[in-house]
Amino acid sequence: MLYDIFIDPFVQMYEMPDFFLQVLWEGFVAGILYALIALGFVLIFKASGVFNFAQGIMVVFAGLTLVGLHENGVPAYLALILTIGVMGVLAYGVERVVMRPLVNQPDIILLMATIGLTYFLIGFGEFVFGGEPKQMITEELGLPTGSTAFEFGERGLVILQHIDIAAAVIAVIMVAALGIFFNKTRIGRALRAVADDHQAALSVGISLNQIWAIVWFAAGLVALATGIMWGARSDVSFALEIVAFKALPVLILGGFTSIPGAIVGGLIIGFGEKIGELYWGGLVGGGIESWLAYIIALIFLLFRPQGLFGERIIERV
Amino acid sequence: MFYREAGQFKTSYKADQALMPILQDRVGLIAILGVAFIVIPAFANDFFLTSIMIPFLVFSLAAIGLNVLTGFCGQLSLGTGAFMGVGAYAAYKLTTIFPDANVIVMVLLSGVFSAAIGAVFGLPSLRIKGLYLAVTTLAAQFFLEWCFIRIPWLYNNNASGAIEVPHREMFGIVVSGAEATPIVRYFIVLCITAGIAFLMANVLRGRIGRSWMMIRDMDIAAELMGIRPLQTKLMAFAVSSYICGVAGAMMVFFWLNAAEPSSYSIALSFQILFMVILGGLGSLGGSFMGAAFIWILPVFLKFIPGTLGFDVAAETVEHVTFMIVGALIIFFLIVEPHGFARLWQIGKQKLRVWPFPY
Repeated sequence: MLYDIFIDPFVQMYEMPDFFLQVLWEGFVAGILYALIALGFVLIFKASGVFNFAQGIMVVFAGLTLVGLHENGVPAYLALILTIGVMGVLAYGVERVVMRPLVNQPDIILLMATIGLTYFLIGFGEFVFGGEPKQMITEELGLPTGSTAFEFGERGLVILQHIDIAAAVIAVIMVAALGIFFNKTRIGRALRAVADDHQAALSVGISLNQIWAIVWFAAGLVALATGIMWGARSDVSFALEIVAFKALPVLILGGFTSIPGAIVGGLIIGFGEKIGELYWGGLVGGGIESWLAYIIALIFLLFRPQGLFGERIIERV
Repeated sequence: MFYREAGQFKTSYKADQALMPILQDRVGLIAILGVAFIVIPAFANDFFLTSIMIPFLVFSLAAIGLNVLTGFCGQLSLGTGAFMGVGAYAAYKLTTIFPDANVIVMVLLSGVFSAAIGAVFGLPSLRIKGLYLAVTTLAAQFFLEWCFIRIPWLYNNNASGAIEVPHREMFGIVVSGAEATPIVRYFIVLCITAGIAFLMANVLRGRIGRSWMMIRDMDIAAELMGIRPLQTKLMAFAVSSYICGVAGAMMVFFWLNAAEPSSYSIALSFQILFMVILGGLGSLGGSFMGAAFIWILPVFLKFIPGTLGFDVAAETVEHVTFMIVGALIIFFLIVEPHGFARLWQIGKQKLRVWPFPY
């Protein structure tokens, strides 16, 4: 028993390095996707202090809109532009209808409002596009679909899907673009000001409402990119929503307010989950992927309650 | 005019400290209990009992359980569904291990297991709070759900992986299993729910309930005033999980007859949380109102198109129901963030000063 837990997995890793590398790669890709969802959470949390539960469903909704438009005869790139437009309308609507009347309410009320939004978007998405899974239009969008096998060692083989590489590249580009946007542009600086202090930002003439609409739009764009990447790996369906819960432990690891934290947290969870499942999962009957991420986050929290890169929690009495 | 304290003099401390000091409140409560115990069983048909009243009472009890934790002690939990599941599986195991024991005692006992597990998952609440805690309760949700699927011992190695309620009798009346009549189930569920609600109403206004509220309002200040956070928080988790566990056990024993792990998924947790928030955080009456709203509204929506003569596909109705529930939740949060309980209080205040506005 002890041998199975402490020695056997490492022996396996050593004896089959190609399999281990494949597992690492899978973990890396899963981690990137978790990180992308977490990124959407962080954007909104930073700017408005709202824990946006609807980010997961926004991913599904963006993917469904894109595919649904294409199925109705809209060319792929035009559908992409239209979907961006839809996410913009959604962002504006959310700011106008949900966020603005709920300013200054306690956290839990805002959280509930985004859960309400989740329900609404589930119903709306199914009503308009139907509930069955759809195929993502990967080729039409010009994304690569093949795979490359690398020789490794004497008999090993590591297979990389091109779409996964594209996902990693796009994630890096997106984080870089967001970094530039936050640091170099006027709106980005306004966003950071709002994140620091709402009242001070208001007093220097920054419109909170406008900023919130922009930030929800940015989160919508992140959701669209995530939806495309995730949809290309499997189907676009509402089952993605349950996977989106995985972004929560990622956030805990990285801290709610840190963009680099979201990326690092995503990678830790991705690696931990895949390695845990494949090398240790068999001991307890498999399927531990569904909760391992939460337990990792839970143990981590006991030692560092504010996350890796989170701001220190200071309490005043 | 009908509802005011004026003229009702208290002549002893006992009368002054009563659960319901106003006469009209007592009359109202007796009237509600009268309707629940006499009028509904006398006139309701089986459909009304099985698909509206029994689930409503079960969900009310679960909402009370979550309200103890979230509304009174301020610890946000997303693991309610799993704690209900623990109760259900524990009750199933107990009734199959001890086939001769009274099934109601077993249902009440199963909450103890749920309480123990709830206390274990409540341990992180000592270090972390708020949204972070919500995520750790998600760990409980997903871990326990996995246990229900992967540990065959829990469902007696059934091929189907589901638990089925065994046939049990009590004083010659079938109380559980497929043959039990709705009216018997209804009375059992009603008695347990009313009993626990009455018990909690008294616990919550006593020392224990007050210490929970102190922790909720400001935990550091409460600690300085001599409340021990460890015991208080863990007790809140245990009591809340006990009530949820009993509700979960009742859900399978007296309503569904059979349950699978997916019955206790995260969707159930959210449903209960909606009931608590819409009903009103920190209000027992609100838990009932929230449960009624969340459970009865979709049932009601299902029948509207039929009665109006439209022929709409069942899926479409379901999707529209989702949309309406989501939109209504946002609407109520905007209009009255303190839930139905606050509306109820406003109504009572209006009655008190009627016919004057102030």
